[in-house]
Amino acid sequence: MSEPVIEMPVDRKIDASKMKVSDQVAIQITGMNKWFGTFHVLRDINMTVNQGERIVVCGPSGSGKSTLIRCINRLEEHQSGQIIVDGTELTGDLKNIDKVRSEVGMVFQHFNLFPHLSILENCTLAPIWVRKTPKREAEEIAMHFLEKVKIPEQALKYPGQLSGGQQQRVAIARSLCMKPRIMLFDEPTSALDPEMIKEVLDTMIALAEEGMTMICVTHEMGFAQAVANRVIFMDQGQIVEQNEPREFFNNPKSDRTKLFLSQILGH
Amino acid sequence: MSDVHAQTVAYVRDTMLPEQSPPLTEKGAIKWLRENLFSGWFNTVLTLLSLLVIWYTLAAIGPWLLNSVWNAGSLSECRRILDGTSGACFAVINDRWHQLLFGFYPPALYWRPVLALVLLFVALAPVLFFALPRKMLIFSGLYPFVAYHLLWGGSVWLPISAVLGFVAGYVAFRLLSRISALVAVFGAVLAPVLWWIFAAGAFDSTMSSILPLGLDFVRSDRFGGFLISLVIGVTGISLSLPIGILLALGRQSDMVFVKSVCVIFIEFIRGVPLITLLFTASLLLNYFLPPGTSFDLILRVIIMVTLFASAYMAEVIRGGLAALPKGQYEAADALGLDYWKAQRLIIMPQALKISIPGIVNTFIGLFKDTTLVVFIGLLDPVGLSNAIRASTDWNGIYWELFIFIGALFFIFCFGISRYSMYLERKLKTDHK
Repeated sequence: MSEPVIEMPVDRKIDASKMKVSDQVAIQITGMNKWFGTFHVLRDINMTVNQGERIVVCGPSGSGKSTLIRCINRLEEHQSGQIIVDGTELTGDLKNIDKVRSEVGMVFQHFNLFPHLSILENCTLAPIWVRKTPKREAEEIAMHFLEKVKIPEQALKYPGQLSGGQQQRVAIARSLCMKPRIMLFDEPTSALDPEMIKEVLDTMIALAEEGMTMICVTHEMGFAQAVANRVIFMDQGQIVEQNEPREFFNNPKSDRTKLFLSQILGH
Repeated sequence: MSDVHAQTVAYVRDTMLPEQSPPLTEKGAIKWLRENLFSGWFNTVLTLLSLLVIWYTLAAIGPWLLNSVWNAGSLSECRRILDGTSGACFAVINDRWHQLLFGFYPPALYWRPVLALVLLFVALAPVLFFALPRKMLIFSGLYPFVAYHLLWGGSVWLPISAVLGFVAGYVAFRLLSRISALVAVFGAVLAPVLWWIFAAGAFDSTMSSILPLGLDFVRSDRFGGFLISLVIGVTGISLSLPIGILLALGRQSDMVFVKSVCVIFIEFIRGVPLITLLFTASLLLNYFLPPGTSFDLILRVIIMVTLFASAYMAEVIRGGLAALPKGQYEAADALGLDYWKAQRLIIMPQALKISIPGIVNTFIGLFKDTTLVVFIGLLDPVGLSNAIRASTDWNGIYWELFIFIGALFFIFCFGISRYSMYLERKLKTDHK
């Protein structure tokens, strides 16, 4: 198999010096199963994510990759097995769920910004109402992160006035305002025009460079190659293969992975 | 170089064309007339026909209105003044003005409902216009008690002890919320109920004996005219929205018991005509209450009208909730907002905004439905029009009274509708 062509997502050099993985466990999933009605959507999932790891989850549509990361902050309920996030087990206990959710940021495919609130209010809402941060301070934090995603000048506009890429960067800033220890990305660039994918990936890479623990469901293989320290390939609700990106792309083990890669990577 | 060869010859535009004003026929009144009134032979015919209809209507009603009599003591006097010519006799409005507005409310006390109406606008202002200082909402919260006292009168300690019940609930909530949110909510409900059942009566009577303050008591059967429409309408409107929201949320709840109670309530109320509920209120309700309790008729009607409107309101709001993308709930969850915070900050502001036309529809419907109380013997404006006609002076007068009542209702309903359009424009943030 020839070397696949994977484009770098950004033009600049990526600073990997801070992208260190600690041996502290951030997320521990053991023997997790989930059904949608009678459909067995996730089957015996076992995975451990360490603090500072950057994991890309890929796979064909319907393979359960979105469902998997949505289980991590309990947007979906799992029926058996164990999910421990930052030392807290996810069960029916609402207190634990709220605790985990305030520690785990999530970015959605369709941004899900709150259209009736300005950009600034989108970012300050959760810090004020969940973290009880004073309004002034919350606004400072929000402006800090809006600068980080390079759109501080849009703070007083409404989501409807922004482009898709800008909205997704606001969504990232909104999550960051809660100072999460883990970030989940559910196909963050799938709803964007090619021009805008780059600006969002750039923001995500900057985040990785600061040592954020990240799990990304994405088809951006360039991003996986450049940033991930592990790629997980899922099919039919199971983890089929996981490896560090170089090995994963150049030397995939299972036939299913080979087929998938040959379909999404141009040769 | 022309564009003709664009497909075959490489072409680069080096100067951009400047903007030009449209030709004369494309702007101004001429364009409007041509596009809207005379844009083809069929539309031209329709336009001319409409003009004809308008002309005939005005020709028929105009002289009748212009030739109207405003000062007369009875219909026969009116006819004498008109002397065989066609003309409206609005003298009846002049003659029975106070009765149409206040019913049989004691004339010496007219200042009380008038003051209550003025204060109503003060109380509504901060609710309707967000730019006003939020502190004004404190008065809006107290207004129901102030209005009750002004309209019905009696001892001032009765509304005060009712307010104290809410204060007790608030204090209990603050104290207990340190223990747990659930206990706090429980306490916030229990404390005022306990206060009203056991302490409020005693408080009222002791304070009244120590310091007898109050206004003259006016019995409910003295109420009438537009006063009664406004009391029922305004109370119904302001209570049906919160109850409707709770019912809509209950209907979407995962808790089977809450859900089925809400569904049964909504379906029952919607399935029964309002007039049936009103008859129940006026005739049957007393059978179910402990003997000896007399339950004010206006209060009973207010409860029924409110329940009726809130069932409709719940369905209107459910429509708004259904229109919200699932992602909004998920984003709120993912940020760690609990159910009530998510509802209050994310879901309801959007769902209510979507439902504004439906909500206003229900409000206006409720307000006009207050005229149905005529069937249970309350003298609202329509009821009074019958009473006025029953007198020998005004026997046989129809049009003038109904035009007046219709105009009064129209002013209020049109006001509500205009406000809702203002609100929709103001809340528009999607920039579509």
